[in-house]
Amino acid sequence: MLVIATRLAIASTALVLFAAASGGALAADKKYDTGATDTEIKIGNIMPYSGPASAYGVIGKTEQAYFNKINAAGGINGRKINFVSYDDGYSPPKTVEQARKLVESDEVLFIFNSLGTPPNSAIQKYMNSKKVPQLFVATGATKWNDPKDFPWTMGWQPSYQSESHIYAKYLLKEKPDAKIAVLYQNDDYGKDYLKGLKDGLGAKAASMIIAEESYETTEPTVDNHVVKLKSTGADVFVDITTPKFAAQAIKKVAEIDWKALHILNNVGASLGSVIKPAGFENAQGIVSAAYLKDVSDPQWDNDAGMKQFLDFLAKDFPEGNKLDASTVVGYAVSQTLVQVLKQCGDDLTRGNIMKQAANLKDFRTEMLLPGITINTSATDFAPISQLQLMRFKGERWELFGDVISGDVGG
Amino acid sequence: MSAAVEEVVTEAPAVEAVPKRAMTLGTGTSLVVLALLILAPLVVKNFVIFQLTMLLVYGLAVLALNILTGGSGQFSLGQSAFYAVGAYTSAVLMEQYNVNYALTLPISGILCFAVGFLFGQPALRLSGVYLALATFALATAMPQLLKLNFLEPWTGGVQGLVVTKPDAPFGLPMSQDMWLYYFTLAITIAIYVGAVNLLRSRSGRAFMAIRDNEIAASAMGIDVALYKTLAFGVSAGITGIAGSLGAIVVQFVAPDSYTIGLAIQLFLGMVVGGVGWLPGSIVGAAFIIFVPNMAENISKGLSGAVFGVLLFLVIFVVPHGARQVAIFCQQTVAKFRKR
Repeated sequence: MLVIATRLAIASTALVLFAAASGGALAADKKYDTGATDTEIKIGNIMPYSGPASAYGVIGKTEQAYFNKINAAGGINGRKINFVSYDDGYSPPKTVEQARKLVESDEVLFIFNSLGTPPNSAIQKYMNSKKVPQLFVATGATKWNDPKDFPWTMGWQPSYQSESHIYAKYLLKEKPDAKIAVLYQNDDYGKDYLKGLKDGLGAKAASMIIAEESYETTEPTVDNHVVKLKSTGADVFVDITTPKFAAQAIKKVAEIDWKALHILNNVGASLGSVIKPAGFENAQGIVSAAYLKDVSDPQWDNDAGMKQFLDFLAKDFPEGNKLDASTVVGYAVSQTLVQVLKQCGDDLTRGNIMKQAANLKDFRTEMLLPGITINTSATDFAPISQLQLMRFKGERWELFGDVISGDVGG
Repeated sequence: MSAAVEEVVTEAPAVEAVPKRAMTLGTGTSLVVLALLILAPLVVKNFVIFQLTMLLVYGLAVLALNILTGGSGQFSLGQSAFYAVGAYTSAVLMEQYNVNYALTLPISGILCFAVGFLFGQPALRLSGVYLALATFALATAMPQLLKLNFLEPWTGGVQGLVVTKPDAPFGLPMSQDMWLYYFTLAITIAIYVGAVNLLRSRSGRAFMAIRDNEIAASAMGIDVALYKTLAFGVSAGITGIAGSLGAIVVQFVAPDSYTIGLAIQLFLGMVVGGVGWLPGSIVGAAFIIFVPNMAENISKGLSGAVFGVLLFLVIFVVPHGARQVAIFCQQTVAKFRKR
């Protein structure tokens, strides 16, 4: 009896051990889709290195430099990143050709940070029908956060709508009976912002927004629009413009002595390319929002994250310009990707890439403003949706208030 | 003053006269090329089939420009506008009104023919570089016109329109890419044969007479105004069909796809293929599709510069493009045979 019991015990122990061992083996099992091996992860990327948007090509070069640095340090879980980046010249048909080349000919695991709203729109359907991730696209359009219809596409930066939501929240709290005049660029970017503002103001939008003016990028100046908006008697000026026009608007507002609360979108809030040319004295009191640290801002001089970034630029990417916001974006988005790949472990299937990308919890790259974190879930494909308000004072932006979240779906 | 300018422009025709026999390939060569085009997709990947389809589409657009410039001697930098009209016509009809993709092609063709014919009316008063500039204006205006607010319900504004890719009909066992390739090939061959016959016909001879000497042509009783606008219309119509096919193959239309850059590419394709030599259109299309990729492989940062150098070499070594190479080969073969 005793013997049998002992034998049984041994047998069951052995069974348990065997099960555990095989279970362990299962967990350590390496699973790969096309583009991933024991030694390599092949990643595709499409950038406008030529053409009208070629200034953004720096993002691709920064990413290449960052992955070189990661590879030199041994790669991710022992695998080197093979970063294949092609030029589409910001032309959608070329983007389709390059995306198909990456997926069908180069056989990459996924496409990462392809740039621009029209180019990404052109390949979104293709990528989703092929079930190849289109990860962290470099555009602020709100439509990338649509996990139900496009489960293989994900954005990264805060969407335009979530930013203007934040302005709406601020206005409702600080100036509930404001009379708002809006100036916006007549394209998807401007309209996205305007929609966010209206959605954020909700039922009060119709009564609060008393004037809307749009301009074309081909117009030489927005001065006449600013004068017209002032004449409506508005006391809040929401300025949705790109750098060149933002500088013009700031100057004109000061010139005609329009004492309105000036809210300027993040796109046009660059210290170097907008505020400085427009004149510091003209920009006092402007309110905007940010999510990344500004390299030209002296308050980050002794910041650890900023030091790491500057070290990276000095050592691994000496040709990069630190004052170009695109290098900061390229650096930060690459760090986010490295985190996703680390989380994937040895399961480098396309499904798991999307699963882990949708499973970022309070991740921070140190170029984000303090308090802002990256969070995603199966129903939230908008990694960054927080920003902090800032006001221009003296010669720099001063952050104020709490980090505000402006989550919106596509 | 203006008469003097006109005289200078007409006296020295910018387009070299090409005899009509030299505009096409011999029967034997044509059959070999045709066999290659039919067999190619059976042995390559879907991605390459897609590239070959784009090759045919651009080839068609270059062919259209070739009829205009090589045939009737008029310049156009506005082909991207007609291409865009064709592409949008198909995209809007397919996506908003559920029209069958094959039916949208003739509609685009007719619409673009009308647009081109109408644009040809004022363009008649211009020639040479002035005409090129007038068409240039059309090309720069088109992307903005497509963004207009009141057209947005149909065109989708700056966001563009996504087009659904058609499946092979009758349950044919082939992929969408392969079906589209053969579909495009059939249309390209039909249009090519039509174009060759057009240039050999009475109208074609009228085009060429105008190209060679406008004054002499009108003295012979050719209605210069009619044939010039007709050439514009035919060219625009074919470009429109190419645009439609392009939209279906790429599955997406957006204003940014049809900028002046496209018009210049097509112009480049025509020159590289040989002005006035119709088979060269395909060679020219291959140049504008594959050479930028090659340039990018050589140097990413300097791809534009590398492309420039390659283009410069082509123009310098073979100024008459692929036609010159073809003639050289023909002569070499002939010499070899004589021995």
